[in-house]
Amino acid sequence: MSDKKTIFQIRGLKTQFFTKKGIVPAVDGIDITVKQGEAVGLVGESGSGKSMTAMSVMQLLQKPGKVVDGEILLDGENLLDKSMKEIDEIRGNRISMIFQEPMTSLNPVYTIGKQVSEAILTHENVSKEEAKERAIDIFRKVGIPEPEKRYGAYPHQLSGGLRQRVMIGMAMVCNPELIIADEPTTALDVTIEAQILYLMNQLQKEKNTAIVMITHNLGVVAQSCDYVYVMYAGKIMEEASVKALFKNPQHPYTFGLMNSIPKMTETKEHLFTIRGMVPNLLHLPKGCRFCTRCDKAMKICTEYQPELYETEEGHKVRCFLYDKEVMESGK
Amino acid sequence: MENKKVLVQLKNVTKEFNTKSSSFGRVKNVVHAVTDVTLDIYEGETLGVVGESGCGKSTLGRLMLHLLEPTRGDVIFDGQNLNDLKPAEIRDLRKGMQMIFQDPYASLNPRMKIKDIVAEPLVTHKVCSSKEEEEKIVENLLSKCGIRPEFMWRYPHQFSGGQRQRVSIARALALNPKLIVCDEPVSALDVSIQSQVLNLLGDLQVERNLTYVFISHDLSVVRYLSDRVCVMFLGKVCELGITRDIYANPMHPYTKFLLEAVPIPDPERRKEQKDMLSGEIPSPVNPPSGCFFRTRCPYATEKCAQEAPELKEVEPGRFVACHLVE
Amino acid sequence: MLFNNKKRNEAVDILADRIVAGFSPAQDRPKGTDWIPKRATEPIRIEEASEALIAPSETIKDQLASMFKNNKVALVSAIVIVVFIIGTLFAPLFAPCDPYVQDLGNRLAAPSIHHLLGTDNYGRDILSRMMYGGRVSLLVGIVPTCIYMAIGTILGLIAGYCGGIVDSIIMRVADVFMAFPSMLLAILISYTLGAGMLTIFCALSFVSWGGTARVVRSEVLSLKEKEYVEAANSIGVKTWVILLKHILPNCVPTLIVLFTMNVPGNILTESGLSFLGIGAQPPSTSWGLLVFQMKKYLSKSPIATLAPGIAILILVVAFNFLGDALRDKLDPQLKD
Repeated sequence: MSDKKTIFQIRGLKTQFFTKKGIVPAVDGIDITVKQGEAVGLVGESGSGKSMTAMSVMQLLQKPGKVVDGEILLDGENLLDKSMKEIDEIRGNRISMIFQEPMTSLNPVYTIGKQVSEAILTHENVSKEEAKERAIDIFRKVGIPEPEKRYGAYPHQLSGGLRQRVMIGMAMVCNPELIIADEPTTALDVTIEAQILYLMNQLQKEKNTAIVMITHNLGVVAQSCDYVYVMYAGKIMEEASVKALFKNPQHPYTFGLMNSIPKMTETKEHLFTIRGMVPNLLHLPKGCRFCTRCDKAMKICTEYQPELYETEEGHKVRCFLYDKEVMESGK
Repeated sequence: MENKKVLVQLKNVTKEFNTKSSSFGRVKNVVHAVTDVTLDIYEGETLGVVGESGCGKSTLGRLMLHLLEPTRGDVIFDGQNLNDLKPAEIRDLRKGMQMIFQDPYASLNPRMKIKDIVAEPLVTHKVCSSKEEEEKIVENLLSKCGIRPEFMWRYPHQFSGGQRQRVSIARALALNPKLIVCDEPVSALDVSIQSQVLNLLGDLQVERNLTYVFISHDLSVVRYLSDRVCVMFLGKVCELGITRDIYANPMHPYTKFLLEAVPIPDPERRKEQKDMLSGEIPSPVNPPSGCFFRTRCPYATEKCAQEAPELKEVEPGRFVACHLVE
Repeated sequence: MLFNNKKRNEAVDILADRIVAGFSPAQDRPKGTDWIPKRATEPIRIEEASEALIAPSETIKDQLASMFKNNKVALVSAIVIVVFIIGTLFAPLFAPCDPYVQDLGNRLAAPSIHHLLGTDNYGRDILSRMMYGGRVSLLVGIVPTCIYMAIGTILGLIAGYCGGIVDSIIMRVADVFMAFPSMLLAILISYTLGAGMLTIFCALSFVSWGGTARVVRSEVLSLKEKEYVEAANSIGVKTWVILLKHILPNCVPTLIVLFTMNVPGNILTESGLSFLGIGAQPPSTSWGLLVFQMKKYLSKSPIATLAPGIAILILVVAFNFLGDALRDKLDPQLKD
């Protein structure tokens, strides 16, 4: 665990959207560490900022969004200091991204073979024939049947599952150090999802690629991640190894999330609920962002924001309940 | 199940869609959305309908409410065959059956106030004698569904997804229906909101003795809410029975694979090598001969290619359509 | 019981706004323990924010106000249109001179204090003639547009919602009508009915509905797939009520924009017809007719023919800009 090299780090990242109605702090100071070959999960609901984090890393933010603070370190180099040209070289090559909707992220007017070859040719100095060979090879690896024939297929001729395999192939073809997968299986059927998750797991182990898996599905996280960060309204609320998180969710939000999912094995009378709804990022509550929905909220929670406290090794929580000083002095 | 009254009966219901090639066109492709479905729905129960894309579950829900007309077969609601009724009679019958839709952003008319949206069923069927009575009923429905009554003068875009879904539920309840078909009602909502809406649906069912047909692709949600579940594949019913039994002991190969594929939120139970279903989901335009599932089924035999299996009662209350389970 | 209308909206707005916008920015936890107040760990429960609205109510006035605030061009265009409309509508009040009074001693005069745009070949004040003539131009611009858009909307609604053979028939008929150039038709009609306002009205009101029908039909095709239409069906709402209450109101933004873009087209067509001599007949006048009548005096008094031409230009451009702004404003509103 700790002897693995850290290849990717986000430190204090702040991304804000400057809209007419005000400044939206989509990502508000997060720290993420990814070690080589590790699968890190980024869990959150809508408005949590998880997709914006991915966009900030890949420098794909649309106006009026902007990264206002923080560092994104790939092997120690800060990506935010680099020029667009350097970022282009890194994208697809050292960091790749897999998106949620394979239909809209594949260009419909080019064949899938051409798109993957193009990805290879952009980053590596090989001949067209060699690029084609490698493309067919990666198609075979990701489980696309009859890869030579499918080389000339267009995205609309493939099903959702196959398209997602193409996306995975395209992401892996240049052997990146890190893959960011933004809800890669949300749009897929359950049996296809299982295949894709298995495939990603296999490839990741084989090539020792680190992966950041962004999702709202706790089941996916449990099955495919090693370490998990839970985001809410732009901040990280809890982080832990996957086993520790599921065994002992400490933050009231994580606890609520885990218990509000119906389990496959029991039927309760009433599902646990987190009351209220995700706050409007323009009008965040004073104090802890979760205080308006928290059953364990205290007076202090409505005035100050807690920091991330380390409760056990590798398990951090952003909640005053775990702040020893507050709990003792605040009586 | 034995002494319960049957509210809806589906008999050999089939729905085929023709896709034309031009506006004067000849029929080019036939989409077999639902094929030969026979099942009963009992009063007061929740029947879950699960399956992946193309399985026809949404189409089945709409056939039950006569929003689509079956190509063949009968839908009998409360003793009346919907095919035999005239449009005015069907309109009258609609008071007893309602639907809740998947997309909270598209199921409410953006140009109507919430009050008008919820009151529309009342107005259409001329239930109320005065505006005050209408307002009172809408107030009650909205508070029951967790929306502040003062907000009834607002427009849908001012509400979040979860709130909008509650408004849809309030609208569905307006005429005190017996049957509510819920087409993926929580799929578009955040996880923390899903449980709120599911709880609401559960409470309403107990209070008003509603019958639900709960269509979803999310197996854990169906497990929670349904008494019985019906598994569909490519327009046909594979398995039908009590939820607890099917989830504990699935008999049809597809059901087994489907349940196996669900990612469980428990890292201790990680399957290192899954028995996964290979291949793609076939298209409902040209389904395979014989059993529709045979191209994906690892246990397929000769018989499976030649003869389509019938839905047979293999145990009391449990129906399976598979040659290998008999 | 709830409050009555206006009060009700205000009261709820205050409630909603207070809930949604009431908080000040959060402070990070300071260092040490001195800042920790007494009883900081006392449990608290915040109920209100959980059921708040996510957006405040915006009346049509608010929406228009915000559009004009952000888009100065649209504001100027709207002002120009209003000025033109008032100027021409109330021409008898505002016109400096009588447009029919001739002053043969003062023909084709240059602009002066008495005649701000000069006089025409009969010594009549051009500005006044333009104000009276503008009535015709605007009338012909707006009224036939309303008529043919109404026809087109009704037919488009029917075609779109019914589909099938009804759709095909209506659309083919629309195609035939659209293939007809309205100018040519106007000329043909004028041979039958004689030149004049009636001709133009007929020609412009009953021919151009095809474009509107097509646009409305495509809107309806996409709207009828929406789930709220399906919901209305499942409630048992009658078809014509669905068309009127659910589909038509959602077509309105498109229709508004279409209107602002069709009106200038009609004004130009009328001007063209008058220019050809088929439109407004003397002694009444329109801008097109003014341009036509004065063009022979281009060298002696260019303003006589240019002024009405420029007026047409300004009005058309103003309508176009306003239409653009309205489209930008109304479309995103529909996309949640």
